[in-house]
Amino acid sequence: MKTFLHGLAALGLGIAMATSAEAAEYPLKKPPQVEWSFDGPFGTYDKAQLQRGFKVYREVCSSCHSLDMVAFRNLEDLGYTDEQVRAIAAEYEVEDGPDENGDMFTRPATPSDYFPAPFANPEQAAASNNGAAPPDFSLLAKARAVERGFPTFLFDIFTQYAEGGVDYIHALLTGYEEEAEGHEVPEGTYYNPYFLSSASLAMAPPLSDGMVTYDDGSPETVDQYSRDVAAFMMWAAEPHLEARKATGFTVMIFLVLFGGLVYLTKRKVWAEAH
Amino acid sequence: MSATHSTEHTRRDFLYVATGVAGAVGAAGAIWPFIDQMRPDASTRALASIQVDVSAVEPGMSLTVKWRGQPVFIRNRTEQEIEAARQVALEDLKDPIARNDNLPADAPATDIDRSAGEGRENWLVMIGICTHLGCVPLGQAGDFGGWFCPCHGSHYDTAGRVRKGPAPENMAVPTFEFISDTVVQIG
Amino acid sequence: MSGGHSTYTPKTGFGRWMDARLPLPRLVYDSFVAYPVPRNLNYAYTFGGILSLMLTVQILTGIVLAMHYASNTEIAFSSVEKIMRDVNSGWLLRYLHANGASFFFIAVYVHIFRGLFYGSYKAPRELLWILGCIIYLLMMATAFMGYVLPWGQMSFWGATVITGFFTAIPLVGDWIQQLLLGGFAVDNPTLNRFFSLHYLLPFMIAGVVVLHIWALHVTGQTNPTGIEVKQKTDTVAFTPYATIKDGFAMVVFLLVFLYFVFYIPNYLGHPDNYIEANPLQTPAHIVPEWYFLPFYAILRAITFNIGPIDSKLGGVLAMFGAIAVLFVVPWLDTSKVRSAVYRPWYQLFFWLFVADAIFLGWLGSRPAEGAYVAMAQAATLYYFAFFIVVMPVLGLIETPRRMPNSITEAVLEKNKPGTPAAQTAGEA
Repeated sequence: MKTFLHGLAALGLGIAMATSAEAAEYPLKKPPQVEWSFDGPFGTYDKAQLQRGFKVYREVCSSCHSLDMVAFRNLEDLGYTDEQVRAIAAEYEVEDGPDENGDMFTRPATPSDYFPAPFANPEQAAASNNGAAPPDFSLLAKARAVERGFPTFLFDIFTQYAEGGVDYIHALLTGYEEEAEGHEVPEGTYYNPYFLSSASLAMAPPLSDGMVTYDDGSPETVDQYSRDVAAFMMWAAEPHLEARKATGFTVMIFLVLFGGLVYLTKRKVWAEAH
Repeated sequence: MSATHSTEHTRRDFLYVATGVAGAVGAAGAIWPFIDQMRPDASTRALASIQVDVSAVEPGMSLTVKWRGQPVFIRNRTEQEIEAARQVALEDLKDPIARNDNLPADAPATDIDRSAGEGRENWLVMIGICTHLGCVPLGQAGDFGGWFCPCHGSHYDTAGRVRKGPAPENMAVPTFEFISDTVVQIG
Repeated sequence: MSGGHSTYTPKTGFGRWMDARLPLPRLVYDSFVAYPVPRNLNYAYTFGGILSLMLTVQILTGIVLAMHYASNTEIAFSSVEKIMRDVNSGWLLRYLHANGASFFFIAVYVHIFRGLFYGSYKAPRELLWILGCIIYLLMMATAFMGYVLPWGQMSFWGATVITGFFTAIPLVGDWIQQLLLGGFAVDNPTLNRFFSLHYLLPFMIAGVVVLHIWALHVTGQTNPTGIEVKQKTDTVAFTPYATIKDGFAMVVFLLVFLYFVFYIPNYLGHPDNYIEANPLQTPAHIVPEWYFLPFYAILRAITFNIGPIDSKLGGVLAMFGAIAVLFVVPWLDTSKVRSAVYRPWYQLFFWLFVADAIFLGWLGSRPAEGAYVAMAQAATLYYFAFFIVVMPVLGLIETPRRMPNSITEAVLEKNKPGTPAAQTAGEA
């Protein structure tokens, strides 16, 4: 009497095989898969990498890109002590007030403050950046992904591939090219075959070799900067990733054992019915 | 025959009990996040302790800051105010306990125990809530030159001790610490 | 709730006292302990229990999420992020709720297809089936409104497109759309009413579920043979037999569900919903959640005018028709045999229908252009043909296989492999 279930399984597979993914027009190239410390069921963040990525963000990206949803206190996740976090926060000025005269004033940030944005509002951000407002970094690693296509998207369930966003960010940052064969590059934009929605984007190549100094001996290359800042953005978007995966492992083990017990009980109970 | 039967029976009972216990453990684990989410969240906990710069507060001036959703009075007292508070005998106080979280629970309500302590007697840090029914008292008012609660007429002296009116206790002194000469950390 | 006479006998004095005043223990005993279920139910029949579990998970996680969520367009998006970042275990509760919706639909689709396969809608279970259809409709409304709440780009544009359906109605369409939105476009009033209704509807679902189970317990369950229960040996008691089997299925289902929650929580979501709603910028491709994709494909398949009905209204009618047709299934099927196990031709068309539904789902995720449109039209045609042509006609002309006389006989035949009857009944 398992006809229905067998049929369902066979059919799911058959349909999946029969369909084929259509290559979308953009991006022109699919991002290559990078190995990340936080991928897979036991993935964890590499704190040294997050600190490097934060440095790249601070020295390069933060002049245009905000980080609205991250508070300075969150930086303790990167391995900084309370004092270090206070010192980092104090380097930023945040608006506070009104004071007793009703005026707004600025003061050094404290750990409970959030990263101040480089622009007052999206309109100002767009006006200062050739009409394209630079996106906020807090969730970008989860807000970007290139379609994986069939059958890869099915395998992704089993390989737990959830790094589409960071792979994309890394590919984009390292993917600027001079030549744009057969593609018109509008004035004020830069050709990049990895860009999600057209052949070129308004952001100039932001990184160059040696522009950020690392004091842990990591290579000071565009590739390394891109990996580090992408990892930092993954942390910013999914700060509880480590807790999630660790809890998940406990839950999976429990459910397998509990399921085994329930199955044995079920067998015993039903043995008495026949 | 009967022995086998009873072994079989025991094994089955063990299985049922083990399954039941595992189910109970799983249910308890599943309930925890639902309780956990009620606790103060990370942004609230980040404000559980605040640092206040008091360098601009001259003698005779006060600063009110919000801490854990309540006003905290930070007062730089004048010599006269300190002296007035010191003159009061303990037996004249309505509440002889210091109510200072930085000291043992039975510390007496002497002026030094109400203040920030030896060398910082001029600083008074306390939660600005009347111990009667939770109103915020007015500063430098009332019969004793300290605080006066307009709701039900409680009078506090220059050390924040209740002297008259329905309030049962002195105003509470929270956990605090001068982490430098000009910065006080509350909480 | 049970149709038959009660066998409950209170054992304690308090039990007798209670039974004379409020026979709740009797109701529970009759419905969930002594209630007889066919002994030959397979695991496809455990999805009713799984669905009750998922409804409970959604209601519980939803109630606690509502303690932190703010239904105001200014802060809705950041309040969800606050849940994800600052609220203790907030990330877990939110991922449970978001993925829970998907797994609720996975379970309901298996449940519906199981009903279609084994003819569970046939007399005397028409009302049982219709109540199920109502639950499905309420689920869709709840899921749609819930998806708007995080106020991401897909939330906003999904709401814009779906409420746009109503503008297809002649004369009063625009008026109805404005009534639903509380404005001229999706905005704060829309978000507020969606939140209110999203909180209300699950409890209405729970109410209809009670009716659904009541109706089920009056007629009794169907079973893979489609033969009604005739004798006591055809059934086993609900507890412990069905309870433990349902329990095992629930644990396995939870295992898959929680695998998604803990390891790939955003797999079934859309990246664009991590971008805050922007009424001035439409995403490149607006795609509904996967469980609406087949209907979305049907909506877009109607690209031509049919007489006085323009393509827009036609698409909306086809889409609602695709759901409405489910309600009349009990009267469309003319076959005297209930279960597809004994209907080789129906089985073929049934699996084609399942494939068609999955194919429509895939088409719904593609852009509506080029060959996709023609494929969607063909698939839509078969979707309706299955109900309107195959079901009534096949029932009249198909010769069913030999059926066992009773459930007990079917079970015995199956346990004796090699006999011809077992082959036809078991491995068809």
